[in-house]
Amino acid sequence: MERKIVLEHIDVEGIQHLDVYRQHGGYLSLKKALKSMTPDEVVTEVKTAGLRGRGGAGFPTGMKWSFIDKKSGNPRYLICNADESEPGTFKDRYLMQHIPHRLIEGMICSAYALGANKAYIYVRGEFKAVIGILNTAIKEAYAAGLLGKNILGSGFDLDLHVHSGAGAYICGEETALIESLEGKRGNPRLKPPFPAIKGLYQCPTVVNNVETLANIGWIVNNGGEEYAKIGIGRSTGTKLISACGNINKPGVYEIELGLPVHEFIYSDAYCGGIKGGKELKAVVPGGSSVPILPKELILKTIEGVDRLMSYESLSEGGFISGSMLGSGGFIVFDEDACIVRNTYNFSRFYHHESCGQCSPCREGTSWMESVLHRIENGQGKTKDIDLLVSIASKIEGNTICPLGDAASWPVAAAIRHFRHEFEFHVNHPELIKNIKHGNLEKLDVKN
Amino acid sequence: MSEKHFKHKLYVKENKAVAFSTSTLEKINTIISHYPEGQQKSALIPILHIAQEEMGGSLNVDIMEYVASLLSITPIEVFEVATFYSQFYLEPVGKYVIEVCQTGPCAICGGEDIMAYLEEKLQIKVGETTSDGLFSLKAVECLGACGSAPVMQVNTEFYEFLDLTKIDTILAELRSKKELKKPEEQTWKERLS
Repeated sequence: MERKIVLEHIDVEGIQHLDVYRQHGGYLSLKKALKSMTPDEVVTEVKTAGLRGRGGAGFPTGMKWSFIDKKSGNPRYLICNADESEPGTFKDRYLMQHIPHRLIEGMICSAYALGANKAYIYVRGEFKAVIGILNTAIKEAYAAGLLGKNILGSGFDLDLHVHSGAGAYICGEETALIESLEGKRGNPRLKPPFPAIKGLYQCPTVVNNVETLANIGWIVNNGGEEYAKIGIGRSTGTKLISACGNINKPGVYEIELGLPVHEFIYSDAYCGGIKGGKELKAVVPGGSSVPILPKELILKTIEGVDRLMSYESLSEGGFISGSMLGSGGFIVFDEDACIVRNTYNFSRFYHHESCGQCSPCREGTSWMESVLHRIENGQGKTKDIDLLVSIASKIEGNTICPLGDAASWPVAAAIRHFRHEFEFHVNHPELIKNIKHGNLEKLDVKN
Repeated sequence: MSEKHFKHKLYVKENKAVAFSTSTLEKINTIISHYPEGQQKSALIPILHIAQEEMGGSLNVDIMEYVASLLSITPIEVFEVATFYSQFYLEPVGKYVIEVCQTGPCAICGGEDIMAYLEEKLQIKVGETTSDGLFSLKAVECLGACGSAPVMQVNTEFYEFLDLTKIDTILAELRSKKELKKPEEQTWKERLS
């Protein structure tokens, strides 16, 4: 069932404007949080809610907030990570474009909880229209006394600004994002110290994803306990899933966590099945970095239990037979899609986006891209397949930031589940050279 | 080492006088005021966007040194940033920069056909500019619009659910356009302040 929290009232005309947003219950949480709750009480509600980071890692938000250094007396910062760049993910763009005040409301409550008087929304540079929309919404909020000095007479001050990136996937990593906000190259920092201790300008900082922050208003209004009733187990609440690839109805869907994957793919309320009546081949369920799963393993776990859209169910079986919920970038491949070509494509992406700071990632991503390029172009050898597995295993875990892992997981998983396609490419170069843009329609790759 | 060894674009200085207009400088000061005192370097990326847009579509050493002087930072700090981020161009570009998404989700929905068709129609390869200076063709990574794949961006505008017929229409439209942007589109200067 569709359950709307962050996208509630999204279809109301003019909801991107403050007056309409307020007519539909917008900004009520401010009065409650700023006037009747202490900052720590807000943190406690978020902990009780069990809300987990919606950017990909799924770390409990309340816990992340509780790490913020209050002893040093340094100014604290809240940063919204709107550098949405994970291939397959476009939920934050949708949210900010259609209901920007949901994010701003959540950020004001969150900044109050953290004791931050300055906050930034770091938006990727390609989202030019979104930057304009957010700035308009922020101006409306300032004019209404919801931002600035002494918000609603509570004594709490908050300045909120939009900051623009300029095209770098790596800036979605929180310490790279901080470097970028400081006007530098997006090279991730070595941790510790974590941003909660030394972040922006070496001051205590919390970086949260757009969707995470957009949940806070609802949690303040309704309480953490109510929020925790939604969802399944430790996957509480709803999740925005951006569905794309070979499906009938690509788009952004807000689902209650725990929805069966089968229903999400085939129901007309969501993806509406595979385009052109074809068969499902594989799914990357959480953005390009997470392991790809073949049809059998995305619909059911290895034990034969129905796979659900939740943090736990999608990772059931570890990386041997499972994957991750990640950012909710749900990429669907039909029976004719070429897994080798797609793996090459993703490898090229990670090579392009590697910041170059750690040699395993800088050299390894380039090497994987060239090996995959020769396999895809009918010049590969059988030993190349094992070479790829070996390179991937040597990047993973050996870099400052998770980009190295993100680059190796898709390669390792594609070979784990679709080795026959790689072997087909190696064994039938003459057939591979003649197909156009990876359409395997006429080839029997299983033999 | 003699000067002729330095052919890299970061060594080519034309010593042309560059400066923002007074109204742009006002906007830039507003942007700088968004950051704490002494942290004006934070405004670098936003200002480079404005500089690129107002000073001919790409960046060069003269522009970057000017931006450095505005922020009281060294030129190398600007070079570092300008060479890292893919939205900053260090070579001249056409009036319309066509950026086609080439990443997975667009690729499996026909993005590669779109790119091949554009190369054919414009008679240039990826990375090149047409001889009349009208179009530059670039391959970019995920634009965050995978649900409407295949997609491309032309300057500020997104074009979604592309097919070959749509490409014909878009190119014809761009060729006949007199103004670079629609009246309702914002510039970087307007967008950021």
